This record gives sequence, structure tokens and C-alpha cells, in this order.
Amino acid sequence: MHPSSFEYFAPTKMEEALELLSKYGEDAKIMSGGQSLIPLLKLRIASFPYVIDISGVQGLNRITENKEFLEIGALTTISSIADSELIKKRYQILHEAAGQIADPLIRNRGTIGGNISHGDPSNDIPAVAIALKANLEVIGKEGKRIVEAHSFVTDSFTNVLKVGEILNKIRIPVAPDNSGGCYIKQKKSAGDFSVAAIAVQLSLHDNDSVKSAGIGLTSVAPKPTRAMKAERFLEGKKINDSVVREAAKIVVSESDPSTDFYGSSEFKRKVLGKIAEEAINLSFERATVR
Amino acid sequence: MSTIKIRTKVNGKDVEAEVEPRTLLVHFLREELNLTGTHVGCDTSNCGACTVLIDGQAVKSCTVLAAQANGKEITTIEGLSRNGELHPLQKAFLEKHGLQCGYCTSGMILTSFWLLKKNKDPSEEEIRKNLSGNLCRCTGYQSIVESVKYAAQLMNEKEVEREMAVR
Repeated sequence: MHPSSFEYFAPTKMEEALELLSKYGEDAKIMSGGQSLIPLLKLRIASFPYVIDISGVQGLNRITENKEFLEIGALTTISSIADSELIKKRYQILHEAAGQIADPLIRNRGTIGGNISHGDPSNDIPAVAIALKANLEVIGKEGKRIVEAHSFVTDSFTNVLKVGEILNKIRIPVAPDNSGGCYIKQKKSAGDFSVAAIAVQLSLHDNDSVKSAGIGLTSVAPKPTRAMKAERFLEGKKINDSVVREAAKIVVSESDPSTDFYGSSEFKRKVLGKIAEEAINLSFERATVR
Repeated sequence: MSTIKIRTKVNGKDVEAEVEPRTLLVHFLREELNLTGTHVGCDTSNCGACTVLIDGQAVKSCTVLAAQANGKEITTIEGLSRNGELHPLQKAFLEKHGLQCGYCTSGMILTSFWLLKKNKDPSEEEIRKNLSGNLCRCTGYQSIVESVKYAAQLMNEKEVEREMAVR
């Protein structure tokens, strides 16, 4: 299979990339790792007159941590995230999610920025970014702006980026002490998209009641979903079996899965309820390890 | 039809070529450079038969544009042997029957090459995890895992020999 013809640009500086984007407007498509885009181009589900490959743009593939944020450049590959010792140690939820995306070969090229921007409701990073209450830094010719992770993807394969804008950095607030999280992904086979997946991040007060909760859902709605009611329900509460069961029910009520190849909507709700309980329990367990 | 110029190093040799931007790396390798050891399997980024190394990283060449290889180093199965001698991975796959029909083999070997570069002595679980993007419909994987283990052993022995020789 071959994509239909396009013109190709590979800028090495952000200014050049933004210049090209504003020149070609809606006829241009940004490509980073290409692991979602190239299959779409090959199947001719999508075609664009101009492809702007930003993978060579300098300085956007770093993972750094300062007092406030863990900052990840949008072009950082999923493999580098899965292999990062810093992320493994302090942001286990992200480490777990990255290691479960597609397969190792795809992870070697796929990027965190692409995983988020593509807007596929089955992509894993958006739910994690939601649970971690990440800020997404967007860059355009007029400057930078911040978008909260939960409002970045607006519908299936649609995001808030305006014509001429690029996702630049992912900023995750530094995890406080007494916090923990996990990503649980239920899938049919290795390398597959999920039937349902959930990202949970909890931070606790000294008395082990929940100080703040972040919950993001994958594959169970037309877009990555924040389970905000469940977050609010958990906040201030002590974790026990009945609280967890109730929270999981609320999570399910906030989902809107469709029936497809991966299962009926009823089946997906059941799976989600089960993994929601598991994820809240596991996050709590991790948050209480001192 | 517009074309662009790319420069890459393929198996250690400098290559300059004019390609259409939509040309996939796997087709460039097979049809322009005649390196047909890289196979087209599913052509949908599932099976890993087309695996090659770009700057040492194992990737699926059916899901990379030839244009994206500009300025990079590519290694294909043809680039592994030295002076007519098979690479330890190739020897190991031969000896441990890590293949039946052979269609997935070049991809299996290149992913394993990448794995053994980052981990000299992988456990069975690590081998299976790292090969999860490469499908084999013949072997049931058991003999492939054994081949990779054996290759790791051969490569480590070789390294010890080299160290002894230096002393």
C-alpha cells in the first residue's frame, strides 16, 4: 500500500515548522513519529497535500524535572519514556502506560506528543495526562499557551490545536509525597488497543484520606475522558471496599462506550467497573508505601 | 511528480537517492537498493517482518517514509554478517531452528540484535516482551526464544575471547 502523493518538509527549527504550517494552513499535516499517521495515509483514510515532519526539530525530546514540573518534550519517544529511570521511580503510572503502548518497535518511533495530539480515544497517554493533571504547552506564531490535559482532545481525532499550532511540551506537576497511581489496560492480545483502560492517580493526607484524585479513561467514550464525578467523590474520603465499589460505579456512569470489534458497550462497562476497582485499590496501596 | 533528495548510510555504505516523499522505507530498500532480505508481511504495522534498524533502533520499515531515513544509518539483515561469517544471531537461529518458513526471520533477528545491544543477557520474559511486535506463524516462538538466548551466549563468549586476546 502506498499513500497518495504529498509534498514533504522536514524543518529542523520550530520557527521553520511554524512558518510552513501558517503558509499551508489546513492543507498541511504535522507528522512526528508517523506511527498513527502513516497507516492512515497508506489506507488512504486520510490524505494531505503537505506533510510537515517535525521529528527533526531540535530540543523537543528531553525529559527534565524541576521543582514544579516534570517536563517532557513532545517529540520524546514512547520508548524513552518507558525506559526513563526518573519516570519509572516517580511517575509509575506513566511508566506503566508507556510500556503497554502498541509494541516495542512502534514505541521506538511513536512520540508522546503524537499519542496525545492524534486524538484517538484508544490512545493511552491522554488518560494518563488527565489523571496526572498535566498542562500541555502549545506553540504557535503568536506565542505559547497552556491547555489542560482534559480539555485537549475535543472529539474522536479532533483536538484544540488551531491551524498553525503545535503541541510543544507536556508538563506534569511534580508528584507530592504520599501519592501513587497506576494504569490498567485490558486488551485482547499483545500490542492491541484496549477494550477499556483506566489511569488513576491519588495523593493522600497524613491520615490516609484522599487529598486529590485524578482519573482518566481510555477507549470507553468518543474521546479520552476525565471521570470528574468519581474524582470528587473520592476526595476527602478514606479508602475502603465500599468506597471503592461506589467510586467504580461512578466511573462507569461517566463512560459512554460504543459496541464494536472490541466488545459490546455492556461488556466494556463491566470491564471498566472491574479495572476501576483494581486501579483505585492499587493506587491507594502505592500511595501508602512510605 | 516531485521528488526529494535523501542521503543515508545503509549497512555502512553511503547512499544518495531521489525519492518520492510517499515512498516507504521498505520499498526503497527492496526496490531501489535491491535489499530484499527485508520482507513485506502485513504492510499494516502489525507483523514486524519489515523490521530494520534506524540509528540502532528497531523499527517497522513499512511505517517509515524513506524521506525520514535522511541523515540516518540503516541496518538490514544483509548488514549483519562480517567477511562472509554469519552474525552469532544468524548462527543461533540456524542451529536452534529459530525458523521454519523464514518469512519473519530477518525481522526477528534485527529486533533481537537491538535487544541484545541494550541487554546482553535477557531473561526469557524480556526476550518475549521485546519480540512482541514480531509475529511468527510457524514456530510457536519457543525455538525463537531459544535462538536468542543461545545468540546471547555466543556473543558473550566472543566478547570474553576478545578480551583475552587483548591481554
